[in-house]
Amino acid sequence: MLTNPLTKNIGAEDVATDLQTYRDSDGYGGWLRALKMSPDELTQLVQKAGLRGRGGAGFNTGLKWSFVPTDRRAHPVRYLVCNADEMEPGTFKDRLLMERDPHLLLEGIAIAAHAIGAATAYIFIRGEYHLATQRLQRAIDEVTESGLIAGETTSLDQPLQIYLHCSSGNYICGEETALLNALEGKRAIPRAKPPYPQVSGLWGRPTVVNNVETLCNLPHLLLHGAEWYRKLGRGEDSGTKLFGASGKVNNPGLWELPMGTPFREVIEHHAGGLRDGLTLRGFLPGGGSTDFLGPQHLDLPMDYDTVRKAGSRLGTGTITVLDEATCPIGLVLNLSRFFARESCGWCTPCRDGLPWVVEILQRLENGEGTTNDIELLREHTARMGPGNTFCALAPGAAEPIQSALKLFEQDFIDHIQGGGCPFH
Amino acid sequence: MTNPTGKVWQRIPARQEGPAPELSTEEIRAIDEERSHYENDAAAGLEALRIVQRARGWISDDSLRAISAYLGIAEAELEGLATYYQLLFRRPPGAEVLQLCRSSSCWILGCEQLQGWLEQELQVRPGETTADGIFTLLENPCLGACDRAPVMLLGEALHTNLTEEKLREVLAEKRRRHADQSAD
Repeated sequence: MLTNPLTKNIGAEDVATDLQTYRDSDGYGGWLRALKMSPDELTQLVQKAGLRGRGGAGFNTGLKWSFVPTDRRAHPVRYLVCNADEMEPGTFKDRLLMERDPHLLLEGIAIAAHAIGAATAYIFIRGEYHLATQRLQRAIDEVTESGLIAGETTSLDQPLQIYLHCSSGNYICGEETALLNALEGKRAIPRAKPPYPQVSGLWGRPTVVNNVETLCNLPHLLLHGAEWYRKLGRGEDSGTKLFGASGKVNNPGLWELPMGTPFREVIEHHAGGLRDGLTLRGFLPGGGSTDFLGPQHLDLPMDYDTVRKAGSRLGTGTITVLDEATCPIGLVLNLSRFFARESCGWCTPCRDGLPWVVEILQRLENGEGTTNDIELLREHTARMGPGNTFCALAPGAAEPIQSALKLFEQDFIDHIQGGGCPFH
Repeated sequence: MTNPTGKVWQRIPARQEGPAPELSTEEIRAIDEERSHYENDAAAGLEALRIVQRARGWISDDSLRAISAYLGIAEAELEGLATYYQLLFRRPPGAEVLQLCRSSSCWILGCEQLQGWLEQELQVRPGETTADGIFTLLENPCLGACDRAPVMLLGEALHTNLTEEKLREVLAEKRRRHADQSAD
């Protein structure tokens, strides 16, 4: 049985799989199977298979689709949007899928579009992903010309159109409602929810926004079935996922592994452990907006709920490794500077709180910190937490800070008592 | 002048009066293609800014007015977009835009030292252009190549596993090319 559906076409050579090669190995077979199903059946299948959103939130994909109104006459126009705005610090997984197997993504898009009755799909891609953009556009041209997805094929009996939108920058575009504003040609500022995009999204139409990797899971799920897909996972969650590791490890990279693989296996086996004899202080499990975990968490299986129960989030599943020779406060400062710069400025805790946090952390690094600063940081993270802002940027920014205060508290104290950064 | 987040404030040149400047045929063709992808012309405004910047390197007051006149979008709206999005430039950058990745992974692997070296070598701060007009230095939040950190984007080319040595070579090569061009 196939155990690496996401990367089976990706070889050592840096080339994109073309349409012919893709079709020769079952390509677009999942799409042809999806066409024989009604949108409802398709949605139920994906829901039952337990595919969860790979952008970081881990929401059940089929369930997300099911919120789209079923009344076709009342809602004739619907949109599918592929979120390819990969900009979470430490994350580099969607790039690989788009650069190397663009048709896998396009087939996934076609399947999802059929499920929600969309005749138009947009791929919202980072402006900096030049190679991925070029290869995706070539693949879109190939498949459009072939007539495979542009015939009588969608559930609306209209040809499916896939358009690329190259972003003009900003991290906040990855937030799904900010992304929709950007697609509408506005400043990318998140929208108040509800209404959720599934009901009122792009130009007020029912819209589903799915991550690149999520969509890439669909073709083989359709080909091999929900049972097969569930069994791919080693623990609670279904399927495989791209897991990665970066930082001071011997072999930084990306590997397709079953959901539920323990962190230790990625960091010690696949990434080859820490380089130069360094030891592990902690790690961000899935990007800059996830809470730090420590060496005591290495044997946790990488499943969404398990990682959440341990006090963090699986996020994007690309691990950033923190070693003993790197200052945890310096790293948190780096991340906070990023979030402060990327705040859209709508909500006060984010717009005003983040620059304050940067200032406090910089003070600690400069040796000008006081014991009061630790309390101040705690206060800020609480204010930036969930429920106080319209989107998840500030709560995400708070995660590495609040967990660093717990896991590396002694480092904060050392910075204050020692009059500066002991790592310099 | 920089604010606490390190972003460089930019002075926007004063506006010119007179008839709206024109877009080129190629620009219009590309904008029309894009506007056919969306429900309304307002959505094409952001695409138009990208298209014009691609052709001209940046978005001047004249470019704003030309797009405004062509798509019927208020200049203020377009200005709002151009100043919001990080990859849209309201001042002309140098011939080579160098975006150094500042992500957490690149930071762990020494991007700060590389940036220090670059600032010294080029005699610029982020957001500035070298005196010879060749390089503009920008900080990028994360270029999504963390397994090959530290990285930078020079124009459209990704340079990975950077060291001071590699930077030195890349800069020298670009300088040679620009010297040859101006000699021709």
